[in-house]
Amino acid sequence: MITFTPRDKVSNSWTLIGPILSIILTVIFGLLIFTFLGFDPAETLYQIFISPFSRIDRVSDIFVKACPLIIVGIGLMFCFRANVWNIGAEGQFIMGTLLAGSFALLFPNVETKLLLLCMFFVGFLGGALWAFIPAILKTKLNVNEILVSLMLVYVAMLFIDFIVRGPLRDPMSFGFPLSKPYSDGALINKISFPGIGYLGQLHYGILFIILLIPLAWVFNNKTLAGFQINVLGSAPKAARFAGFSKERITMSVLLLSGGLAGVAGVIEVSANIGQLQPEVSFGYGFTAIIVAFLGRLNPVGILFAGIIIATVKLGADNAQMTMGIPKVVTGLFEGILLFFLLTGETLQKYKIKWSWNK
Amino acid sequence: MESLILTIIATSIPLLMAATGELITEKSGVLNLGVEGMMLSGAVGALGAVLWLENPYFGIIAGAMSGLFMACIFSVFTINFMTNQVATGLGLTIFATGLTGLAGAPLVGKTIPSLPKIEIFLLSDIPFIGNILFKQDLVAYLSICIIILITYFLKYSKPGIILRAVGDNHVSAHSVGYPVKKIRWYATCFGGMCAGIGGAYIPLVLTPHWSEGMTAGRGWIALALVVFASWIPWRIIVGALIFGGITIAQLVGQARGWPIPSQILSMMPYLATIIALTIISSRISKNNSVVPASLGKPFFDTQ
Amino acid sequence: MGSKKELKILLEATKINKKFGNFVANKDIDISITKGEIHALLGENGAGKSTLVKILYGILKPETGTIKINNEKITISSPNVARKNGIGMVFQHFSLFPALTVAENILIALDQTIRFKDLVLRIKELSTEWELFIDPLKIVSELSVGEQQRVEIIRCLMQNPKLLIMDEPTSVLTPQEIENLFKILKRLASSGCSILYISHKLEEIIELADKVTILRSGKSIATIDAQNTTTKYLAETMVGKEITTLKKVQSKNLSKSIALELKNLNKSNSNDFGIALKNINLTVNYGEILGIAGIAGNGQTELMEILSGETVCDNEDQIFLDEIPIGLKNITERRQLGIETIPEERTLHASVPNLKINENTFLTYFPKYNVNKSFIGKFLNNPENSLNESEQIIKDNDVRCPEPNPMANQLSGGNLQKFILGRSLANNPKVAIFSQPTWGVDIGAATTIRQKLLNLSKMGKAVILISQDLEEIFQLSDKIAVLNNGNLSEILSANEISATNIGLLMGGNSKNKSDQEKRK
Repeated sequence: MITFTPRDKVSNSWTLIGPILSIILTVIFGLLIFTFLGFDPAETLYQIFISPFSRIDRVSDIFVKACPLIIVGIGLMFCFRANVWNIGAEGQFIMGTLLAGSFALLFPNVETKLLLLCMFFVGFLGGALWAFIPAILKTKLNVNEILVSLMLVYVAMLFIDFIVRGPLRDPMSFGFPLSKPYSDGALINKISFPGIGYLGQLHYGILFIILLIPLAWVFNNKTLAGFQINVLGSAPKAARFAGFSKERITMSVLLLSGGLAGVAGVIEVSANIGQLQPEVSFGYGFTAIIVAFLGRLNPVGILFAGIIIATVKLGADNAQMTMGIPKVVTGLFEGILLFFLLTGETLQKYKIKWSWNK
Repeated sequence: MESLILTIIATSIPLLMAATGELITEKSGVLNLGVEGMMLSGAVGALGAVLWLENPYFGIIAGAMSGLFMACIFSVFTINFMTNQVATGLGLTIFATGLTGLAGAPLVGKTIPSLPKIEIFLLSDIPFIGNILFKQDLVAYLSICIIILITYFLKYSKPGIILRAVGDNHVSAHSVGYPVKKIRWYATCFGGMCAGIGGAYIPLVLTPHWSEGMTAGRGWIALALVVFASWIPWRIIVGALIFGGITIAQLVGQARGWPIPSQILSMMPYLATIIALTIISSRISKNNSVVPASLGKPFFDTQ
Repeated sequence: MGSKKELKILLEATKINKKFGNFVANKDIDISITKGEIHALLGENGAGKSTLVKILYGILKPETGTIKINNEKITISSPNVARKNGIGMVFQHFSLFPALTVAENILIALDQTIRFKDLVLRIKELSTEWELFIDPLKIVSELSVGEQQRVEIIRCLMQNPKLLIMDEPTSVLTPQEIENLFKILKRLASSGCSILYISHKLEEIIELADKVTILRSGKSIATIDAQNTTTKYLAETMVGKEITTLKKVQSKNLSKSIALELKNLNKSNSNDFGIALKNINLTVNYGEILGIAGIAGNGQTELMEILSGETVCDNEDQIFLDEIPIGLKNITERRQLGIETIPEERTLHASVPNLKINENTFLTYFPKYNVNKSFIGKFLNNPENSLNESEQIIKDNDVRCPEPNPMANQLSGGNLQKFILGRSLANNPKVAIFSQPTWGVDIGAATTIRQKLLNLSKMGKAVILISQDLEEIFQLSDKIAVLNNGNLSEILSANEISATNIGLLMGGNSKNKSDQEKRK
């Protein structure tokens, strides 16, 4: 029997211990499952958690992989803080990418990076528009945002598939479902370090994160809007009593998170792909949910969480190549991690007591 | 025409099973968003079992057990550790996607025999109706039986009333002396088994081989179906058939070369879900007594 | 109920101890109840009454202590065990299931099996026998609070109880219903069923009980004969010190100028569980307290929301402040116009538990503290600007804090309420609207809060007091109206109206409405 007693005061030490302990437990459980399924645990451990750090260019690839996760994660942070459950960031990511990509393809010979800047706005708009659907249905008709935003992921996937195979297909692509390549003005360059040159795929897009994290922190802690989001999330009735509009906040956080997901899509495609293709996201929108939770809905936490999850993703890629483990296996780790993180939140509020009688 | 109706029925069975299970789970006050994950594990469990034991009926059992296993994980965290049900359900789906990907990898490319049809003596000889209703497979009969049983269970049996009571007001249920957590465990496990069988049906009848994420959002549609049915069992049949019909219409459209791109047609079930949710939700927000009042709320018992 | 025993003691509990974390709820409590006796359990909120009865009913497990029934030691591990031993309980906030029918609700608490048809018959029998009229096939959410209590009582009577525990049963009843309940309880007692009656209302105890056990801070202080005591003695034993009484405001000259006026206010219910407000007309003048009586769940929440501006009216000209229509103004605008509301729920509605006191001050008055009027300044969050004022509120209102500027959840109920009140009054409102201001606070804080209300009216403010505590309504109000099922009665002067009249209005009876319940 397990019994819980409420703590008099929320335990602050758990804020940090919780995530760390969760990660350790996740690794242990994950390895147990691998062993059970007949994989060598030591080799798996090395491939998934150590190999991404084995070379400097691999380390920089972690940041590349973490980039979209962190941006989407920050967007979702606003939603989850307000107790709004946007789980369709994947679809918003795709629609942002698609709209910005279509925009870029209108200007096939533009050199200036002004085009890229415009794409950021268009991408934000695309993601926000896709999030607007669950937002308007939620605020006006009280339709569950979880199911609507999720359904729209499938719709977005099919839609980009249609566009890339149909209207925007490059006639020169030899039958592959690819758009024409972006012009130079729409691309994000790799960073060339003096004396070293390129470090893996590291690109200027990560500058956006460096900008976004302090901004998000200021927004949470220093603006009235951030305060309102917090109050709505923790005490909705009190928010109403204070005169904060639930509809407006819900709408804003959904648009903001959708927009950021769209921007993440623009960065991802402009930096790493350079054209539209049926698959642009690789599940970033879903993984970012875990990132937001692992980061305890805090921008700095999300930065670290993004890096950790990106490491596992890259490690899983390596494990697929060397050991033939399918890379969807990261989901296994993400799921277990989320379970333990949520349990940690309970233990922050309750003391736990084990007893074996009855 | 006959074969068209038969395919519509076959397409709607997984939704019907999963939604029925989720209805019972939700009636007890637990919102399990991991239906998609439980269906996926049901599918992979069924495939594995049939390949190993070479009998499709073991697929049903294995599917139920796999779904049950996932539901147990969900119950430990949400019921015992009182974690957020929305986030945990999401986590369960993500977890199951990973686990089934891993477990399904060795199954890729292998095909399993389909679930045999069972003809019901005499009744199956009725023209048209006999072929549609009385030449079905075991799961199809089972799903209809479950719906009938559940309708009776919830309405007239004492355990059914207790289940509804727990979902209505868990504090009162505890005061009257019912073990809220245990009852929720049972309800969630039942939901898991149903979702597992629904998932198993996909490889057993619809597509007889493994592919990653082969449930393709059916679990989420099943969740929407529960809302669509306003938590009334028989309405799930209607909802599932509508969605089955839309899915098949879309396939027929593709086969007959309708001048609409196939991707747009494939969107239909998802868009229909959104539309159905919108219509039902605006009605429910005016009449929210149909929603189990403690749905999604964790229960903390003082002792 | 078996043969008569030699010993008259039915239930005896000794040295009951129960802790929640570090909080000691019950410490070495002794209580013994004889057969056929009405035994009252008296104590303030938090004295440990509810904990004790929950232990007796098997919902909570005591750390130590023994319970004997008919001189036999038993362990009451669950409510089922309690019921098997003849203990029934009627809960303060009920233990009913709103979405189920009356019969289903009763079936659920029944340990023996019974056919549904027989059950319905049995319910009908019992309800005529005890004059607890109820339709077994109705859904509970459609019943009035009084009727819901009948369901709870019938549920207990089904089991032929030897001991009936009633937790604060009268707080939700009209005076007529209370009278009726007392008749039933006395009849039950004379038929041999003991009653453990929990209350903090002193008159009630003297009227009803044979014996009374007084609890204070989790300990049993005394058990005395209820027939030979006074309310004063009971009160002082309960609180442990002398009680300050309210200073009535003398020679108050009521002004004739109308502060707030509601004209033909209608508001349909937003959902199934809400109450629609029907054609409400109301005026409150400066310098007077308007008491709005009524049983909870008759539209109080909805009225409070529409007065505060949390919900706006359908038309601008349904509410007037100083004869200016404000029906469409939202809560922030109404605050700036000088209307302050103090809702019933202190935590999660009037305050956010995990925010600091100054942030809670900032919460409701952020426009006031955002002094930086530049473009960027308007978007900034600066709760530190409210630090001085929140300190002032704490000082002025004698809010006892464990540390300077604590989180709201570190304050006790009474202190939090004093802070919330102080926060509203610091805004110097013209109209102050209170909902159940003393609900669940200890006597000391309640007196302070009531005194504040009287002082407010003396200062010329218009005060609306929504309360289901009739004693409080009579103590404070100049004028009284009654809310029933979304209808507001005519407003009457407090000296013109009797408790009986109010009771009839609370039950939905008015002069021009004939009702079969009137006879009771």
